[in-house]
Amino acid sequence: MSAPGSAAWLAAHEFRLSWREWISMMTANRRRRIPAVLITLLVFFVLLHLPAYLMVGGFASPGKVADKMTLLTVTIALALYVSLMLSQAMESVTRAFYSRADLDLILSSPTSSRRVFAVRIAAIAFSIATMAVLLGGPFINIMILDGGPYWLSGYAVAAALGAGSTGLAVAITVGLFRLLGPRRTRFVAQVVAAVIGAACVIGIQTMAILSYGTLARPGSLISGPMLAMAPPVDSAVWLPARAVMGDLAAAAAVVLTGIVLLGLAILVFSGRFGEHALAAASAPPKVRQRSGLRPFRRRSPASVLRHKEWMLLRRDPWLASQTLTQLLYLLPPALLLSRNFGDVAGSSTMVVLVLVTVAGQLAGGLAWLAISGEDAPELVATAPVTARAARRAKVEAVLGAAAMIFAPLLAVLALASPQAALVAAGGIALATLSSIRIQLWFRSQARRAHFRRRHTSSRVATFAEAFSSFAWAGAAGLAAGGLWHAALAAVFALLILGGAWLVSPRKASP
Amino acid sequence: MNPIPRIAALDLRALSKSFGRPAVDRLDLTIWSGEFYALLGPNGAGKTTTLRMVSGLLRPDAGSIAIFGVDALADPVAAKRMTAWVSDEPMIYDKLTPYEYLEFVAGLWEIDARSAEATARELLDWLGLAPHANERCEGFSRGMRQKVALAGALVHDPRLIILDEPLTGLDAGTARQVKEVLQQRVRDGCTVIMTTHILEVAERMAQRIGVIASGRLVAEGTLEDLRQRAGRGGDTLEDVFLTLVAGSEAA
Repeated sequence: MSAPGSAAWLAAHEFRLSWREWISMMTANRRRRIPAVLITLLVFFVLLHLPAYLMVGGFASPGKVADKMTLLTVTIALALYVSLMLSQAMESVTRAFYSRADLDLILSSPTSSRRVFAVRIAAIAFSIATMAVLLGGPFINIMILDGGPYWLSGYAVAAALGAGSTGLAVAITVGLFRLLGPRRTRFVAQVVAAVIGAACVIGIQTMAILSYGTLARPGSLISGPMLAMAPPVDSAVWLPARAVMGDLAAAAAVVLTGIVLLGLAILVFSGRFGEHALAAASAPPKVRQRSGLRPFRRRSPASVLRHKEWMLLRRDPWLASQTLTQLLYLLPPALLLSRNFGDVAGSSTMVVLVLVTVAGQLAGGLAWLAISGEDAPELVATAPVTARAARRAKVEAVLGAAAMIFAPLLAVLALASPQAALVAAGGIALATLSSIRIQLWFRSQARRAHFRRRHTSSRVATFAEAFSSFAWAGAAGLAAGGLWHAALAAVFALLILGGAWLVSPRKASP
Repeated sequence: MNPIPRIAALDLRALSKSFGRPAVDRLDLTIWSGEFYALLGPNGAGKTTTLRMVSGLLRPDAGSIAIFGVDALADPVAAKRMTAWVSDEPMIYDKLTPYEYLEFVAGLWEIDARSAEATARELLDWLGLAPHANERCEGFSRGMRQKVALAGALVHDPRLIILDEPLTGLDAGTARQVKEVLQQRVRDGCTVIMTTHILEVAERMAQRIGVIASGRLVAEGTLEDLRQRAGRGGDTLEDVFLTLVAGSEAA
């Protein structure tokens, strides 16, 4: 057994806390669900091999030569992968900064806080590296099956990229903290993490549009302009790609780089991490003083409830960053539309598709915040307003917020294609209403601050919300393209809703 | 001269609620208009469950609740219009200012905007919140949050105020302010029913005290009545309370 206060002892403590938090998130605090959750995850991991096969099957044929084209393709895949890991690591580091939990205890104890935070950063790196290995696993396995065991080095590279990403994430977050101060860093770090996560996908799409005027040819992009710009095959840029492909020297270099990045972050930042975390957790909110008190306005209870929801949504930093990020995905299709302004048929379909998907996802978040994330549920329940009227006002608030976000975008789309705008409006309305309905069926009271854990109350609701958004987006996209198959997608969306209703705990509620 | 008839602010008859085992067991209780009533009892006695049923937060399994003669189960909206509920955990919104919060609460109770605004300003002054009226509540201490919640309960001028452990976690200064505000309301004709574990508060503030154990009212009356009932004349409320609760458990 390790000595109390030693790094190993602290690591065991961190591991126990992380494990319990993960289990509670996955099982919504119902321990008897643990076997079912573990089996589901295992099945999910096995099933992931199917899309992995569709995406990379045949790529790693035996004796695959590491030519420039292959190296470029693998490097782009790795860049996507790193951007996701970096985004996730930044989210974890920001959370570690801003959750006070045991900070006072740690900093008031005689244990070296440098050691505690070194272990904490290492624990974050471990969780990110584990995620990197689990997410990359199916792809690596397919390539091992296709190309032979030398692709096994992909696992070491995945773990090293996870560790290196954590090192970078710590450096970026601390940098933001020093630059912006504790109050603003939380919001900015959330946005930066989200932008980093989306940047690679959006970047490739944007380049494809600029080069070919279409989103549908990333392959041509790689084999064309990007290949022409790529450095020679012996360049150090290709080290990670070579490492994945079984070059042991390259793999050793990548693993070493990952470890060095993480080690440097621990060495440089763990000493001050506690101070920063304490400053972040104790940062007083900005005092927003307005001069004078404006008069109360005459409003009905329903209007008062709607107004309150809008005010809270407007002041929710998470929602602002989330909306901003989701709207980022609109950039490529919008760019496509602007380039093909005269010939809008294909590009408007893409815009409709993205708009409806974003609307469904965003409405799910908005609906949770308004319906389930009520911070004063007893106040509303003891007010002289029927539960039905209060619920209705909240639904109206969500619809109003969605309308405020999407109306300007639809107006711009209408300039290019009124028909596409009409279809998009219908799709947005249906996706939004579906997400709200699912929230109403599966609602469970929680504090707004628990938004991150909203998916734990019902996995069925999470999947139903996502699949209904995709189904309505598909239906709208197909309808915008004038295809009758739109009806099939719409029926699929309705079936998802019907299924969700059947298994929902509130079948009886109006 | 005929005595002025007393009006029941709250009338509970055979009120019952069970969560596997009975939490409130055929409780009969009457609180008169203009009265300051303290409901005492050990943990798990059924105090909070009773008050949550009165406030419309829980549906009773059986029994009736009348608030100023209005059947709260048949017409909950009319009953809620006269009632305010303050729990030990302040129910406020971090991202609203106290002023915005009071406007929201007044709107929910459909109070005329002008008079609500005047009441809100008065309450903010009275509770020492005026300098913070335009600051968001997210940075407020527990005491300030509880004062905002109390202001919210008072802004619609309720006839019956129900408070569940309102003084928990408050410093002496804030607790005194809250007590003064409540006593002033009772002087103005309002009815207050409050649960508390601070027996000294009940002793000093309440005109009548009810002791509840295992979901039943085991004793009720003024402090003097309870002393006599417990057979401990001259003792503190704490002694009386412990004797009554021990007696009910033994029975």
